[in-house]
Amino acid sequence: MKVADFELYKSLLYDKSGLVITPDKSYLLDSRLTPIAKKWNYPTLDMMTLQLRAIPDPKLVKDIVEAMTTNETSFFRDTKPFTLFQETILPHMLQTRAAKKTVRIWCAACSSGQEPYSLSMILKDMEAKLKGWRFEIIATDLSEDILAQARKATYSQFEVQRGLPIQYLMKYFTQVGETWQLKEDIKSMVKFSTFNLLDDMSRMGQFDIIFCRNVLIYFDEKTKGGILGKMEKLLDKDGFLLLGGAETVLGITDKFVPMPDKRGLYIKNPALTTPTTPASSTTGGFASGLFKRT
Amino acid sequence: MSVCLVVDDSGVVRKVARRILEELGFTCEEAADGQLAYEFCSKKMPEAILLDWNMPVMSGIEFLEKLRAMPSGNDPKVVFCTTENDMNHIQRAITAGANEYIMKPFDTEIIKSKFIQIGLIDE
Repeated sequence: MKVADFELYKSLLYDKSGLVITPDKSYLLDSRLTPIAKKWNYPTLDMMTLQLRAIPDPKLVKDIVEAMTTNETSFFRDTKPFTLFQETILPHMLQTRAAKKTVRIWCAACSSGQEPYSLSMILKDMEAKLKGWRFEIIATDLSEDILAQARKATYSQFEVQRGLPIQYLMKYFTQVGETWQLKEDIKSMVKFSTFNLLDDMSRMGQFDIIFCRNVLIYFDEKTKGGILGKMEKLLDKDGFLLLGGAETVLGITDKFVPMPDKRGLYIKNPALTTPTTPASSTTGGFASGLFKRT
Repeated sequence: MSVCLVVDDSGVVRKVARRILEELGFTCEEAADGQLAYEFCSKKMPEAILLDWNMPVMSGIEFLEKLRAMPSGNDPKVVFCTTENDMNHIQRAITAGANEYIMKPFDTEIIKSKFIQIGLIDE
């Protein structure tokens, strides 16, 4: 790809999705955009680029952005966050939300749905204990195509073997030919919608837990900081944020702090959320309590 | 080092599995059918068993039932690894005492993720 063309795609992707493409990844542009050029009936990728320079069709731009985002995911990906969800987050929620019995969870950049559905399966498994509780799982992604796949909840043999314990496959899936269909009662626990993390988040409402894993890695520091800053506003004062294993808030924002010994789990910075009254152990509330507990 | 017994009548499958399991830190032993696997376990129980279903002499499921009836036969973690990919086979295997189930074809990712789930290896 020519340098000028690379620059065109680079700025287009950055403006529309925050995605940062470095020159060493220019091969990805070729391999992922050639099928888009074909879909739009351009004889070559260069012809599509030419058109894009002249009058960019918003639908074409959308297709390009979607083709360039990574959809890598799996059920119970990395295991640990789901153990944290079950052993640290849920007990805290059951204790602190006992009055309203409602918990709102956001899976940001949910791809083909494995992350929110893993949470649904955990919750379904604990049904007896959660009687009378309402868990709302909102799952969003930039790509409409991948969300359509997520809503269908049909997975290949390969997909159901990566991370999904066999007991869950037996309990919550039905075999349909060569594929595996997630059962309706698990499927219906998740609400999907399109959402660009660069957009205004206020319409999302308030959350108790936000899963934002393995997506910030694609952004530059400024964009990461912006997204985390917006998420901080949506998160309840004693809510939880989960980031991917290779992600951190250090050096990006002071709105969140990592929980000691709980990798990937973050809470609001107690220094910013609590009143500055010295030696007041009660106003320290949940955040300082958690630190003490560990 | 933990021992994993690979039970499969295909030498190619055993070789592929051995390469993956050794990468994951196991010492590998091989058996070409259920009977040979049973004889191996009578002498010394391995920590893990990767088990094919359809084999001559003694099938995987028959071996598993016999294994679980042996003294210390509940010690090894057993992961089925077979082309049988329907719910009936899966259910039968789990009922007989299998800890996990892999539907062939498999790759390093799948074996690794199943072994992590049942605590045979750390993440």
